[in-house]
Amino acid sequence: MSEPRKLLKGSTGDWEVVVGLEVHAQVSSKAKLFSGASAEYGAGPNENVSLVDAAMPGMLPVINKFCVEQAIRTGLGLNAKINLWSRFDRKNYFYPDLPQGYQISQYKDPIVGEGEIEIEVESGETIPIGIERLHLEQDAGKSIHDLAPNESFVDLNRSGVALMEIVSKPDMRSAEEGAAYFSKIRTIVRHLGTCDGNMEEGSMRADVNVSVCPAGNYQKYRETGDFKYLGTRTETKNVNSIRFTRQVIDYEARRQIEILESGGTIDQETLLFDPATGETRTMRSKEDAHDYRYFPDPDLLPLEFSQEWVDEIKASLPELPDQKKHRFMEEYGLSAYDASVLAMHRAQAAYFEAVANGRDGKLAANWVTGELFGALNKADKEIGDSPISAGQLGSLIDLIKDGTISGKIAKDVFALMFDGEETGDPADIVEKRGLKQVTDTGAIEKVVDEIIAANPKQAEQVKEKPKTMGWFVGQVMQKTGGKANPQAVNEILRKKLGVE
Amino acid sequence: MASITDLTLAELRDALREKKISAAETTDAYLGAIEKAGELNAFVTVTADNAREMAKASDDKLAKGDGGDLEGVPLGIKDLFCTEGVLTTAGSHILDGFKPVYESTVTANLWRDGAVCLGKLNMDEFAMGSSNETSFYGNVINPWRRKGDDTALTPGGSSGGSAASVAAHLCAAATGTDTGGSIRQPASLTATVGVKPTYGRCSRWGIVAFASSLDQAGPIARDVRDAAIMLKSMAGHDPKDSTSIDRPVPDYEAVLGASLKGLKIGIPKEYRLDGMPEEIEALWSQGADWLKDAGCEMVDVSLPMTKYALPVYYIVAPAEASSNLARYDGVKYGHRTKDFDDILSMYENTRAEGFGDEVKRRILIGTYVLSAGYYDAYYLRAQKVRKKIFDEFTDAFEKCDLLLTPSAPSAAFGLGEKTDDPVQMYLNDVFTVTGNLAGLPGASVPAGLDAQGLPLGLQLLARPFDEETLFKGMYALEQAAGFEARPENWWVG
Repeated sequence: MSEPRKLLKGSTGDWEVVVGLEVHAQVSSKAKLFSGASAEYGAGPNENVSLVDAAMPGMLPVINKFCVEQAIRTGLGLNAKINLWSRFDRKNYFYPDLPQGYQISQYKDPIVGEGEIEIEVESGETIPIGIERLHLEQDAGKSIHDLAPNESFVDLNRSGVALMEIVSKPDMRSAEEGAAYFSKIRTIVRHLGTCDGNMEEGSMRADVNVSVCPAGNYQKYRETGDFKYLGTRTETKNVNSIRFTRQVIDYEARRQIEILESGGTIDQETLLFDPATGETRTMRSKEDAHDYRYFPDPDLLPLEFSQEWVDEIKASLPELPDQKKHRFMEEYGLSAYDASVLAMHRAQAAYFEAVANGRDGKLAANWVTGELFGALNKADKEIGDSPISAGQLGSLIDLIKDGTISGKIAKDVFALMFDGEETGDPADIVEKRGLKQVTDTGAIEKVVDEIIAANPKQAEQVKEKPKTMGWFVGQVMQKTGGKANPQAVNEILRKKLGVE
Repeated sequence: MASITDLTLAELRDALREKKISAAETTDAYLGAIEKAGELNAFVTVTADNAREMAKASDDKLAKGDGGDLEGVPLGIKDLFCTEGVLTTAGSHILDGFKPVYESTVTANLWRDGAVCLGKLNMDEFAMGSSNETSFYGNVINPWRRKGDDTALTPGGSSGGSAASVAAHLCAAATGTDTGGSIRQPASLTATVGVKPTYGRCSRWGIVAFASSLDQAGPIARDVRDAAIMLKSMAGHDPKDSTSIDRPVPDYEAVLGASLKGLKIGIPKEYRLDGMPEEIEALWSQGADWLKDAGCEMVDVSLPMTKYALPVYYIVAPAEASSNLARYDGVKYGHRTKDFDDILSMYENTRAEGFGDEVKRRILIGTYVLSAGYYDAYYLRAQKVRKKIFDEFTDAFEKCDLLLTPSAPSAAFGLGEKTDDPVQMYLNDVFTVTGNLAGLPGASVPAGLDAQGLPLGLQLLARPFDEETLFKGMYALEQAAGFEARPENWWVG
């Protein structure tokens, strides 16, 4: 964990990149956090606005218990500490899409404290990432500047919608890890049903914090907890896709290294990402940073609930991706990577379990992640649209296992079923098409004898170059239409050709 | 029979029920009185047509014998309460033209019980002031004058319009709000009864917010019984206000006249201020004697944190106000400047034009005490002292059932006398802010006149949610004081 991973080469030396994410996830709730107005996406401008959302004089917030429950669920899903006492604060600043002149958020006492989740990277490594906190807050409205040349418009539909802000520790060390973390958070909230994870509709977005430091400094930070070892960070706001997150981190790391290597310094600024150019640009500098004048919101009582309620919620949680992953590893003997790929999506995991149930888990995993996902990917289909059911795939694996067909034939049968040329039980397809494997050694010997007799030169050669036996295997398979049991063919050939 | 407007609320209620008079003629009598009292400047808006309609509806109900507790009783409403379809100004230019599409919970409760709305009462801008001189709509004039002197005096504030209109019999009773003394101090200066109930007793929903953790609505009335009737109607749990408390509302009128035998009255020595007029000190002793005669036992208590109450108040209240008033930005409602080129200058000029000096002063103080680097030294420290003040009261109420203090450090003063020195003005609330900081119920009852013939009040404070004991004590004081003086009707034009 602490060795310098993913070093970035610069002209003056090696650099490390350090990444932290603040993920804003909209709570899947029909109503807003404090006003009772609808939080439904897609309404006409200012249709979902209550008197509270519009900050009319004398209006007061009342907490939505359902949203609190979703925050607790999410906190439990992040293996985090649930704070039975928390408090809402006001974050004060002026902006037309913030009608109250302050956002109700949680500053010093969030509802969820520290936690930890795992991410998996392509190398197959599993990396723990610390969660700093999760807090509940209101979203702001939307300012629209392009409808008229000299006027701006405000849509308050989002004003007051409940958000969970999930803050990571600065534990990510590359663009890949940042992207994997964002993706994992999305997977977790989707499993829990606490956020729909829909980034196009703005249900999820991330503020991406990036800094770079000379190789070795991160280790010093880990040992001392002293942030001085890390470089000055920039915060890129409202990144609304996992791909963009990766781009932001890559771009920022490179940009910062170039500045530092040419003798410059990094400004602690807030940036915006432009997907069109793949670059970041300044939104506001540190000098323009707001003093938010946080203080406890006197309109709301502290948020208090019992451990019993938390326990009740905990008991109702579905199996979470990481738990599932570990179970797949233990129960089916899968690698961490395969287990993770399968566990991260509820439908895929369910499909896999239906295939693996009572069978060789590894073989099932290979077929699901290899053949099936490959074919689905190519056809641009989701697991739910798979032309091959879990039952069919299971039967196909059974046919391999009991030697009825070879793996190669199984792939052909798979392709027939996937393309819709065959439907129904794979056993019937094999029967009907006469694809059953020939295990009758007499029949195979007969074919082998014929081939050796017809190719005496090659038969001589094999004794010197045993590798050329493969040519004979091919001949036999061709003659038997691929149905000969490959193991039996090899054995007989070796015997007859005198290959050790 | 006396003129209709001279009846107390209780007398009027009974006369209406007995159909001795009609709601319509009652309302007309009050509208007439208001019309003649323009010089007092107590009303910002008179809703005459609306009042007559409500009165007519009340008469229909009274005819059928199913009138509510306040059926046909005409009231004045402090202009801090949002009233549906009726201009609501909070005494500020920045709310120009603001007509809410909703009704505050407290006023809705009053209309539910049959009361008639005469109009909206003048007040200090956003309830920030102790003399009603910060109102955009001009100062209110106290119906009371010094003997042989026609200098215009302040009715106190911020509920100055409420106190003046009740004292001048321009309404049967009025609503007020009290953040640091804004009901009790004007009540003291106008010989009316003002009650600030326990924080959470009345809903704050629909009341323009000044300092959310301190604001509380309450009645200003002619006597203790009227105040009891008013509070019963105004109070009650409201799910729309998270700080409103779900407790049954007792019948406060029913406790009036109950024996005070064995009740312990605390006299906090820290409320004896240097330079306080002797008359006030004498009245305070007199009040203690009255309660002793009524069967109470006097107990000396000490509240050493009292001296920090005003400084704490002038950190906490402006801090909350600076945030509460951020919504008045010219974007959604109220005044918007015509002089701007971008969003920032629109905000700046709107707020510069829309807010008066006192409001600006408090927004500045509040912004300052919440700023990075000052928060711990001011706001956080003030909250800690506030907790100590609360704890001190809790301890004191182990030893006694009520606390007796003066209501205000002086009688009514002349307009303009204290406007140049905000700190002098702030000192008006020295006896009352503690009750707000601790969330306690408190009330001012008229107790006597000073040498110049101006009224003085005494304050009682009670345990949280023990308004019943508070009313018992108030009634005993009222009975003993036998206060009957009335201002001359000099304003009747």
